Amino acid sequence: MSGTAAETPPAVRFREARIEMAHGAGGKATRRLVEGLFVPLLSDASAPPLGDAASLELDGARLAVTTDGFVVTPLRFAGGSIGELAIHGTVNDLAVAGARPEVIVAGWVLEAGLETEVLEAEVRAMGRAARQAGVRVVGGDTKVVDHGKADRMYVTTTGIGRFLPGLETDPHSVRPGDRIILSGPIGDHGITILLARGELDLEADLRSDTRSVFPMVEALAQAAGPAVRWMRDPTRGGLATALNELARDCRQGIQLQEQEIPVRDAVRGSCELLGLDPLHIANEGQFVAVVAASGAAAALEAIRGVPGGEEARLIGEVCPEPAGSVLVTTPYGGSRIVDMLVGDPLPRIC
Amino acid sequence: MKYVDEFRDPETIEAAAREIRRLADPSRHYRIMEVCGGHTHAIYRFGLQDLLPENLELIHGPGCPVCVLPMGRIDDGLELARQPGMIFAAFGDMMRVPGTRGTPLEHQARGMDVRIVYSPADALEIARKNPDKHVLFFAIGFETTAPSTALTLKRARAENVPNFSVFCNHVTIIPAIRAILDSPDMRLDAFIGPGHVSTVIGCRPYEWIAENEGKPIAVSGFEPADILQSIVMLLGQLERGESKVENQYRRVVPREGNRAALQVMAEVFELRPYFEWRGLGFISQSALRIRGEYARWDAEKRFDVPGVRVTDPRAAQCGEVLKGVLRPAQCKLFGKECTPEQPVGALMVSAEGSCAAYYNYEHRKRAARNLVSLR
Repeated sequence: MSGTAAETPPAVRFREARIEMAHGAGGKATRRLVEGLFVPLLSDASAPPLGDAASLELDGARLAVTTDGFVVTPLRFAGGSIGELAIHGTVNDLAVAGARPEVIVAGWVLEAGLETEVLEAEVRAMGRAARQAGVRVVGGDTKVVDHGKADRMYVTTTGIGRFLPGLETDPHSVRPGDRIILSGPIGDHGITILLARGELDLEADLRSDTRSVFPMVEALAQAAGPAVRWMRDPTRGGLATALNELARDCRQGIQLQEQEIPVRDAVRGSCELLGLDPLHIANEGQFVAVVAASGAAAALEAIRGVPGGEEARLIGEVCPEPAGSVLVTTPYGGSRIVDMLVGDPLPRIC
Repeated sequence: MKYVDEFRDPETIEAAAREIRRLADPSRHYRIMEVCGGHTHAIYRFGLQDLLPENLELIHGPGCPVCVLPMGRIDDGLELARQPGMIFAAFGDMMRVPGTRGTPLEHQARGMDVRIVYSPADALEIARKNPDKHVLFFAIGFETTAPSTALTLKRARAENVPNFSVFCNHVTIIPAIRAILDSPDMRLDAFIGPGHVSTVIGCRPYEWIAENEGKPIAVSGFEPADILQSIVMLLGQLERGESKVENQYRRVVPREGNRAALQVMAEVFELRPYFEWRGLGFISQSALRIRGEYARWDAEKRFDVPGVRVTDPRAAQCGEVLKGVLRPAQCKLFGKECTPEQPVGALMVSAEGSCAAYYNYEHRKRAARNLVSLR
């Protein structure tokens, strides 16, 4: 290749010497890595802002494409397993991009010594989840690494979906006065995993919320499509991180009413004990949508009408201030800024 | 949620806030220090400052164990753990506290075996399960966590566990309060007393503050209603010209403390002649060390501790913030060189550190205050 003006070396802004766990936790460090290293080296300048899925046009058809890796420990937990997560994670990224999930290809990295029984159970779980979500698994790849070089099994899935008609989401379309709708209680997945690791001697009647959110998104699109401005599934980093990213992208403030945000008692209790904020805990079966005020009632009703969407709530609204931040108002009129997650959530003891 | 919701009831809280506004004399300025980092965190998390009158200022005290730990001690602990065959175990609170060459999490990324534990007993369990490794438990905390370290040391001794030791950084709260009261630039009207520490030491150790220093003190719980009720108690005392120790957290704190916990601490620990506190300097008889009978499980006796001393960057004004002379945002580094992600000073590290709490929950809100419509 010959050097042209367009080929000036891309500016890698990521300056940290090593990759740490925090870079994968979905919060600020992840954003620094993605925006400072991956985007400058891999993405072309005309690409739209980072969303859950890329949009591309092939022969006139507009398709959504997304990919995700799954490295959960333990592999199985109350309410789900890595196989289901691998399907639901990708299905949900497509759904919140406004697309109907159509096909998935999967890659497995297996540690030598993994019991076939375990693998079979997870592949079955993937098949079951895919059928339920109405998506076909059309290809895959398998690699095996030495014993001790991986933690039993990792899965990556790449999904392709077709955009739903009449639904255009873009953070820049978000305006003051828009309403924020959450599909159900937060924190179930993250706390379930934390407890399933068994390091805490805590037990709670709690299950991961892993599921496809597409039926709820579809109902929302039918009932209030043109009013929907933005959607996201608040996975790693939790609701706080998802909404902080929105606040940053749309340069508006997000004001939430704390008492409107549904959190199950078991999640609240665990968070109280461990010094964690439910707003930072991961979810795998919820989504948050910004809807124009005029469409909010219809949107809420539509989501609540879908089995599993009964607990959807209006949790706040978009305001001019504090621009770029998320402000939570407590039930007694105090308020606090809620930032993105910094690193992994760590329990506080002393 | 039981035992929590009662203390977050909006009506109770509004009533307490009204009472505070009624009691506060508009012609004077109140400076009340909450000693404990747990209170600092709760005050910001629940937005309590928004409910208080303008002339009532809450000053954040020294009760955040990781904040007052000198960087040299972290370096010492990580240096010991760098030896082959070592496992470094500590509470989650410690994991993002920077030493000279990075935090425990950064050392983990470079290959150190670092484990987050929820109690010292978990660290001992790791030692039992890894007989070919040595587990170093980096112990921090006030009287709240010291008893569990003491019990773990007793168990290690009783079972003669060979591959476990404790690097002890336990400190005691009373000398820190004394140091703050002795500081010439300090003007405080009253104290919100620590809650969890007091479950162990009880209320009596604070009596000198009321009697000799003439400052009211209210030992407080951590829920919004607890903290506001404590402020009501303190304003009431100030109005009546009294100074005594009141126990707002009676549902948890016995006046005499927890005798069993105090007993086990006395068996296992003794006072160090002096100990360095970050931001406050050396304070005599302010920290615990492990008694000679437990030398085999005392990392400081078992290994050659480098004894690193690190001075904080001169621009960082942690000491002034810790003593309440400066507010977090008045430090030159606040929010610029020093943020929760890249902390320079220790107060930015823990969620209970006053700078981190202020940064996370408050300062952008203040910047936008005039424009925000709070409903």
